[in-house]
Amino acid sequence: MTELIDLARSIACRAKTGEQIEAYVARGRETSVRIFEEDIESLSSAESAGVGVRVVRDGRVGFAWVAALDDTSAAETLTEARDNAEFATRDEHGGLAVPDGVEPAELDLWREELATAPTETKIDLAMDLERRTRAGDARIRQVVHSDYSDGMVGAAIATSTGIEATSRRTSCFVSVYAIAVDGDDTQTGYGYTAGRRIEDLDVARAAADAIDRATRLLGAKKPPSSRLTVLLDRRITAMLLGILASTLSGDDVSKGRSLFANRLGEEVAVANLTLVDDPTDARAWGAASCDAEGLACRRNSLVEGGKLLRYLYDTHSARVAGTSSTASAVRGGYRTTPGVGARAVAIEPGDLTQDEIVARIDHGLFVQSVSGVHSGVNPISGDFSVGAEGLMVRNGVLAEPVREITIASTIQRMLQHVSFIGGDLEWLPGSAAGVTLAIDDMSMSGA
Amino acid sequence: MVVGETTGFAHTADLSERGLLAAAEAAAAVAREGGGGTRTVALTEQRVATLTGITSPPTDISKAQKVELLFRADDIARSKSSSIMQVSAGYGASRRLTQIANSDGLLGGDDRVRTRFSVSCVAAGDAGMQTGHETLALTLGFEMFERRSVEEVAEEAARRAVSKLQARPAPSGVVPVVLQRGSGGVLFHEACGHGLEADHIVKNTSVYAGRFGDLVASPIVTLVDDGTVGPEWGCMTIDDEGRPAQRNVLIRDGVLTDYMWDFLRARKEGRPSSGNGRREGFRHLPMVRMTNTFLLPGSDDPDEIVAQTAHGVYVAHLGGGQVNTATGDFTFGMTEAYLIENGEITEPLRDANLIGNGPDVLSKIDAIGSDFDMSPGTCGKDGQSVPVGCGQPTLRVTGVTIGGTAHD
Repeated sequence: MTELIDLARSIACRAKTGEQIEAYVARGRETSVRIFEEDIESLSSAESAGVGVRVVRDGRVGFAWVAALDDTSAAETLTEARDNAEFATRDEHGGLAVPDGVEPAELDLWREELATAPTETKIDLAMDLERRTRAGDARIRQVVHSDYSDGMVGAAIATSTGIEATSRRTSCFVSVYAIAVDGDDTQTGYGYTAGRRIEDLDVARAAADAIDRATRLLGAKKPPSSRLTVLLDRRITAMLLGILASTLSGDDVSKGRSLFANRLGEEVAVANLTLVDDPTDARAWGAASCDAEGLACRRNSLVEGGKLLRYLYDTHSARVAGTSSTASAVRGGYRTTPGVGARAVAIEPGDLTQDEIVARIDHGLFVQSVSGVHSGVNPISGDFSVGAEGLMVRNGVLAEPVREITIASTIQRMLQHVSFIGGDLEWLPGSAAGVTLAIDDMSMSGA
Repeated sequence: MVVGETTGFAHTADLSERGLLAAAEAAAAVAREGGGGTRTVALTEQRVATLTGITSPPTDISKAQKVELLFRADDIARSKSSSIMQVSAGYGASRRLTQIANSDGLLGGDDRVRTRFSVSCVAAGDAGMQTGHETLALTLGFEMFERRSVEEVAEEAARRAVSKLQARPAPSGVVPVVLQRGSGGVLFHEACGHGLEADHIVKNTSVYAGRFGDLVASPIVTLVDDGTVGPEWGCMTIDDEGRPAQRNVLIRDGVLTDYMWDFLRARKEGRPSSGNGRREGFRHLPMVRMTNTFLLPGSDDPDEIVAQTAHGVYVAHLGGGQVNTATGDFTFGMTEAYLIENGEITEPLRDANLIGNGPDVLSKIDAIGSDFDMSPGTCGKDGQSVPVGCGQPTLRVTGVTIGGTAHD
């Protein structure tokens, strides 16, 4: 880590009068294994490292990056970023973060045992997952793939404005994609488990999940179209929260690209809905002590009791809006500039189990997976229309499987029609936690 | 490194001999059943005609000229309507030099120049905000703008956003759908293209596995994947395993005639690759990917196809899509669509997804127009993105489920 922060400092300290420099240095190592029919189909191990440099001069921002950590490359990248700044439009709000006095939370996201785990152990995990999935049910005809992947990333950021931060984290993930067949009918199911070290992975549960999801759809039909209550599986809720949080980006709000612009203080959701983005919660997959501009991450309440409380800001969007950063800068690595994003969004859980919610629904649809999310959800207009598969809910129990349907509404309407919030909160890979969620009055399109 | 059925892979940004050897050893360690020993291989350079002559390489164009395009797009889109609230424009150009050598003695290289220009607009009206996008992307340099101007792209994005301000909710349920030429090639990319990739076939995880020679579509359907059609977005001289790009007829007159192959899957079947081994970059493993996938034109008059549709949906632009290759179920998003009433295109519709099943939709195509157009896209598979082209003539599908909210 000292090597990374030393390099970042050595670039940031070259700022001339009237110039700000930010250097973001990252180094990562990853392994991925794919198993098919008890053989290694592919095994890849890779290291990557690089520097991204932002230069601000007279409100003009320039950026450049290089996939190397040597001094010569770093110096060339700084020159290129300075040159790029010349072409930028002057922006009175342009500028880097400055220290705001908030102390970073102490989060331990690094597990040395993963960094030193032998490759054989990783291969065996994916093999074990494939074996369990095949053996778990006679109707599993094929396992498309069983994958293991992990990552170990360290990053450092330094600016000429006095920011210095370092972070490191480990993560690992196994997943399996199974095909179940019964007669002419084919269905698929996906199961996974994630953690910061291998011991966190629950392979048996991932296998059972894939089997259950594939087999319970066997015999699925396309039901007639209707309006009904839709019950979202935790995975789907987490996906929905990720989209919802993206609409609360202060950058999109001030650019008029958010359906929640100018709605602070309004009742945007049912009264028992509370939504928080808290990256200082170490259980969250996206937990982080500092944001991508080096400010300490903090708990941000977004919606409380159905009222819209706050948008998320990085330094630039906060200046545009005349407020301060919520430390919500995120970046995809050293190759990209920071933008606004949530890291750890969760709905405050209710107290019902999934079964208890099902028992309260007369006519509904339990959705186990969705498709076409990137094409079917418009975070600006709020239009929501995605492909779905799952089980009908009839008189309080899960009933026949259905497929080739869509569920549709608008994000605005969905938030006003949340009828039950489950107590089954689970942190999932990505930027959000899942809970079972029931939403009334959605359109199901089928036959 | 390929040993038996196992592929070992490593990559490096260090192009020194030491760096390259270290990466090769890391990959070899992965496929270590291969054992020791070295073998010297003579490399034979293959010469393939370059597809497109680039007349204005992006490196010859100043940054100021590129930036000027963006301001021009912003001005044009805003001047189109006072309801345009937000414009974002993007220009990107890349030149990628590749060199591929393998232990069969192959040595090949490619020089790919691609340029992409896109405009997104947000329009605001009484009923909320709507969005419109348009993208121009070709395997060309700056001369791409001689084929289509910045003005046209910006106007199209603005028009699309504004046209939806008065849009009504899309229908919910099964209706006939007419796809405008060039609007819906992604349907075939999703509905059958992915299912015809040999990696899914050899694993028996595609609805099209074992269907060679079968009637899998309406007899008026002929589907082609062709990496040689310059300057389309998915074209190339050689693929990312060194195989020259070629034209592959996948479905001819409704009959499944071939799958798409990369080196690894083709070798397993004892046949040559079809030039579909692609990868996002040197950090990625090659796999079977589409290039430019399109449906050939038919004999129907495009206007007549609409005129003979009593009630349905006319799709003028589609967003992205997704497919489950094992079941054939796919979705894709309509980003500009209209109602068809009594053979005429009438009111605009709000965005919604379509959902269908590949083999089912292919069998329900009952009219194919004599026109044709292509559009660029980015295809994602196993975390890798590659540029692809999609194309089709105006055509009609007798029934597709539309995921709107308007119940009759």
